[in-house]
Amino acid sequence: MTGHGFQFHGLRLEARASGALWWPGGGWLIVADLHLGKSERMARRGGPLLPPYEGLATLERLGAEIAALNPRVVVSLGDGFDDLAAAEALDPQVADILQRQARGRDWLWIGGNHDPGAPAGLPGQAVASMMLGPVTLRHEAGQGPDISGHFHPVVRLAGERRRAFLLGRDHLLLPAFGAYTGGLLHDDATLTALVPQGIAVACGTSPIILPLAPRRMG
Amino acid sequence: MILPALFQDWFARQGWQPHPHQLALFAARGDSLLIAPTGGGKTLAGFLPSLVELAGDRAATKGVHTLYVSPLKALTADIARNLARPVADLGLSIRVEDRTGDTGQTQRRRQRVDPPEVLLTTPESLALMLSYPEAPAIFGGLRRVVLDELHALAESKRGDQLMLCLARLRALAPELRVTGLSATVEDPQALASFMAGADPVMVVEADPGPDPDIAMLPTARPAPWAGGGGHYAISEVLAAIREARTTIIFINTRAQAELFFQALWAANEENLPIGLHHGSLAREQRARVEAAMAAGELRAVVATGSLDLGIDWGAVDLVIQIGAPKNVKRLVQRIGRANHRYNAPSRARIVPANRFEQIECVAALEAVRERDLDGDPRGPGPLDVLCQHILLTACAAPFDPDALYAEVRTAGPYRHLSRADFDACLDFAATGGYALRAYDRWQRLVLRNGLWQLRDPRAARLLRMNVGTIVEAEMVRVRLRGRGGAPLGEVEEAFAASLSPGDSFLIGGRVVRMDAMREMVVEVTPDPTRQPKIAVYSGVKLATSTQLSHRVLALIGDPARHGVLPVQTREWLALQAQVSTLPRPGLLLSESFPHAGLWHFALYGFAGRNALQTLGLLLTREMEEQGVGPLGFLSTDYALLVWSLDPVRDPVPLLDGAQLRAGLDDWLGENAVMKRTFRNVATVAGLIQRNLPGRRKTGRQATFSSDILYDTLRKYDPGHLMLRITGDEVGRGLVDFGRIEEMLSRSPRREHRMLERVSPLAAPLLLEVGRVPIRGEGRERLARIEAEALMRDAGLEEIA
Repeated sequence: MTGHGFQFHGLRLEARASGALWWPGGGWLIVADLHLGKSERMARRGGPLLPPYEGLATLERLGAEIAALNPRVVVSLGDGFDDLAAAEALDPQVADILQRQARGRDWLWIGGNHDPGAPAGLPGQAVASMMLGPVTLRHEAGQGPDISGHFHPVVRLAGERRRAFLLGRDHLLLPAFGAYTGGLLHDDATLTALVPQGIAVACGTSPIILPLAPRRMG
Repeated sequence: MILPALFQDWFARQGWQPHPHQLALFAARGDSLLIAPTGGGKTLAGFLPSLVELAGDRAATKGVHTLYVSPLKALTADIARNLARPVADLGLSIRVEDRTGDTGQTQRRRQRVDPPEVLLTTPESLALMLSYPEAPAIFGGLRRVVLDELHALAESKRGDQLMLCLARLRALAPELRVTGLSATVEDPQALASFMAGADPVMVVEADPGPDPDIAMLPTARPAPWAGGGGHYAISEVLAAIREARTTIIFINTRAQAELFFQALWAANEENLPIGLHHGSLAREQRARVEAAMAAGELRAVVATGSLDLGIDWGAVDLVIQIGAPKNVKRLVQRIGRANHRYNAPSRARIVPANRFEQIECVAALEAVRERDLDGDPRGPGPLDVLCQHILLTACAAPFDPDALYAEVRTAGPYRHLSRADFDACLDFAATGGYALRAYDRWQRLVLRNGLWQLRDPRAARLLRMNVGTIVEAEMVRVRLRGRGGAPLGEVEEAFAASLSPGDSFLIGGRVVRMDAMREMVVEVTPDPTRQPKIAVYSGVKLATSTQLSHRVLALIGDPARHGVLPVQTREWLALQAQVSTLPRPGLLLSESFPHAGLWHFALYGFAGRNALQTLGLLLTREMEEQGVGPLGFLSTDYALLVWSLDPVRDPVPLLDGAQLRAGLDDWLGENAVMKRTFRNVATVAGLIQRNLPGRRKTGRQATFSSDILYDTLRKYDPGHLMLRITGDEVGRGLVDFGRIEEMLSRSPRREHRMLERVSPLAAPLLLEVGRVPIRGEGRERLARIEAEALMRDAGLEEIA
C-alpha cells in the first residue's frame, strides 16, 4: 500500500507514503517544501558546507512518484527553493532532471516565504495560490478549506519522528518533501490551532494513520 | 638544582618537607610527566617551577607566563584558591586568573589585552583563545604549561584537541616547558609519548603510598537478583557515612544516582547532610553542592563521574563505590579520592548492585590487591578533531599548509599523520570535500598568495561558537511549572519525547509529574506520591575491561572458587547450573526463552558492552534475513539479549567468525550506532553546528536530523571523509570487533539451551536500559498495531 485515500471537501485524495498528495480525479501531484538549493544557500551565508546532494535526493523521490502516477499537473506548494538566488544558482544536473520531469505536463510553483516569485530559467509557472474545486492551494494555511505546506509537520510513532499529513476539518497540511528539512511536531500549539481534531497520515514505507485528538490535560 | 631560600623557608614555615617528586619536577630541564596518587602535592609540584621563576627576575616575561589546563571548570576555580596562599605568603605580585566558559565578556576582553601571569583554563577555552588573532601576543612569552588530570583528558577527543593546541603553543613559544600531572595509569610511557613534542618527556613516578584499605561493604541483606540501584545496602551505607567524616558515594549512572540519593534520604532519620552531584543537574545546583562540600557542610555526596576528578576536598576519608567498577584502573583512581593525606591508606568500600556485580567486585578486588591495572592502547589522533583545528587556525590568521602540517605532526597523537590525510581534512574544511565540486564560489577557506584563509571573516563567529569535542545528546531543560519556575536540570530529548502529561520521573532527587512541554522546556510539578519512570541517559558507556571480564568468567566457571562469593550469589550460580549451565572459559553459552510475549535470545559473551553491541547489530541483521523478526537488543558487559517474534533455535551458524567479519563491512552503514557516531564526528568536524546565533526556541527543529546527511552521503558520496572517519571511529571504539574475535577464539565450544522461561543469569538483562531498536519488518508490524490501537481508542477505526 503506497497511499491512503480519503475525502476532503468533496475531493477524493490520496496521501502518498512518500509525502506527496495525489488527486486522481484530475491527475494532480502536489508536493510541499522541496527546499531545493538549501545547501548552496547555507554555504553562501558562511555556514557549513553540507553535502550538495539534497536536490538529487529530493528529485529522485519526486521522479519515482511521477513515474508511478504519470501526473498531468505537478504543483509545488511553496518553498520549492530555499531562496530565489538558490533557484537561479541551481546545480545544472538538478535543473536538467527538473526539465525532464516537467516535460509533457503542467508544472506550477506556488510562492512561499522562501521563494516569493518566479524562478527564472526553470520550467513551469509561478502563482500565488490556486483553486482545486472548492479548496485553495496555498503555501501557508489561511481561510479554509485549504491545502498547504510550510510547517513541515511530523508525528512521533513507536519512538521515532515521521513526516506526516495532518488532516482536519478546514485544513490539510502536507509534510515537507525536501530531503534537508526538519519538522514541527503535530502537538505544537501552532498546529493544534489549525488542526485541533482529525487524523495524521505518517509517511514511511507505507502510510500509517493515527488520530489527532485534543490532548488530555495533565 | 636547589630551591631558592625564599621557597625553602616557606616550606619550613609550613612544617613541610618537599616531596622527592616535587624536587624532581623542579629540576627537570625539559618536559615532564608526574604520576602520583591524589594527595601527593601534585598541583604544587606542577606550579613550583613557575612560582620560582615568577619570584625571580621577570623583566623578560610578557603576556602569560604559565598556562594551566584542566578538564573541569570547577578545578580551575579550586586551583585559583589553592594558589592564592603561596602567592600571598611568598609576596609574589602576580595575577592568577581563570578563563573558562563561565568567564564574562568583559573579563575575556581584558585578558586578551592584558593577560595575567598565570592563566587557568580548559581545553575548549584554550582552543577558543588560540582562534583569535591576538593569540601570538598573549602566548608568545609563555614559559610553562601545566596539564592537570592528563590521564582523564587522554581518554577522549578533548585530549587530542589539547595536544593540537599544545603544538600551536610550542610553535608560538619555543622556550615552553610542559608538565603533565596524572593519576596512576597502567602505561606511563604511553601517556608521556601522548603529550610529547619533538623531545622525549621525562616520567617521574611518585611513591604510590601504602596499600589502600578496600573491601566489600558487609550488608545484612543480600544483593538483589537483578537491578542496578544498590538500595538493599542503604542502612549499611548510612551507618558508614555516620562513622566517617566525609564520604563520596560513586555510582555509575545519573539515573541510578538520582534513585540512590532519594532512597538514602528516605532512610536518613538523623537528617545527615547529604548532597547529590551529577552532570544533568542545573549548574546552580551543582555549584551549591560543591560549595557546601568545600565548606565541610556535607557528610556525604552521591556522585557520578562528574566528581571523578580531583577537586581537593581534604576531608574526604571514605569512598563508597556502588555498582561494578568496570575497570580496575578507574576503581584505583576513585579509591584514591579518599584521604588526601599522603602516606595514609585510602579507605574504600564497594557495594555490588546485584548478584552478578558481586562477582565482578570480587574479581576487581583481587586485581587491586595484585596492583594489576588494565587499559587499552590509544589510537591515532582522530581526523574530525583535526578538521576543527584547521578551521579554528584559519580564524586566528591565514596559514601556510606546509607549516601547519609540520606543526600538527609535533602533537603526540598526530605524529604519524600522513600528508594525504592532512590534505583531505584541509579540503573538507575548505570546500566540503565532496566528489561533486559544488561550492566553488562559496568555499569556507580560500587560498590567497599561498595562504589559506576564511572566505567570509564573519564565519569565524559561528566556528568559535562551536568549539569543542564534547557532543552531548540533545537535552531539554526541566523546570517547575509556573512563571519563573526553578530549573531542575536536563533530560535527553528522546526521553522527554517519551513522556506524556501526567507521567512522572526522577530529577534532582525528587519525583515530578510532567505537565507540559513548552518551547523545549519540560514543565513539571513535584509529586512525591508517584512511582517514577527512570530517566534514561545514553552517556558514554564504559565497557568492562578485557582483563576484568576474563577474571569474572574464570571465577563464574569454577565452582570450586565460589567460596569467595557471598552465599546468595553462590546459590544463584548453583541455580543457573541446575536450570541451564554455567558459562566458563572455553565455552560460549547461549539460551532461548519466551518472555512477555516475545522470544529472547541471551548470549553470555563476556566481551564488554561495546563488542556485544556490535555483535547484536550483526546478529539481528542475520536474523532479519532469516525472518526471525528481531525487534531490538541490548548489550551489557557480559551478555547480549535479543528479542524477536520467533525464537533462535541454533545460534551456531550465526556465530561463524568469518561470516561475521564479512557481514561487518556490509552492515557498517544502516544502523543506529553508525548514525550516532556520524553525528558526533560531523559535529566535531564542523559539518553540523550545535550552536547558532539567535536560535529560535520553538518546537520546530531549526535543523534537520543528522541521519539525513548520513543517508545522503552514503548514497551519493560513499567515499566522503566524514564517512571514513565515522567508520574508523566505530571500528576502534564502539564496534570493538577485535573483542568479538577474541571471544570466539577463546571459546571453541558452543552450547545452546532452549528454556521454558527466563534463566537466573538472564534475569538482570531484562531490567537493563539502553535498548537498541531494529528497523525492520517486525518494527513496521508493531507501528501498525500501535496506530490501530490508538485509532480504536479514539473510535476512529472505520476511517483507516
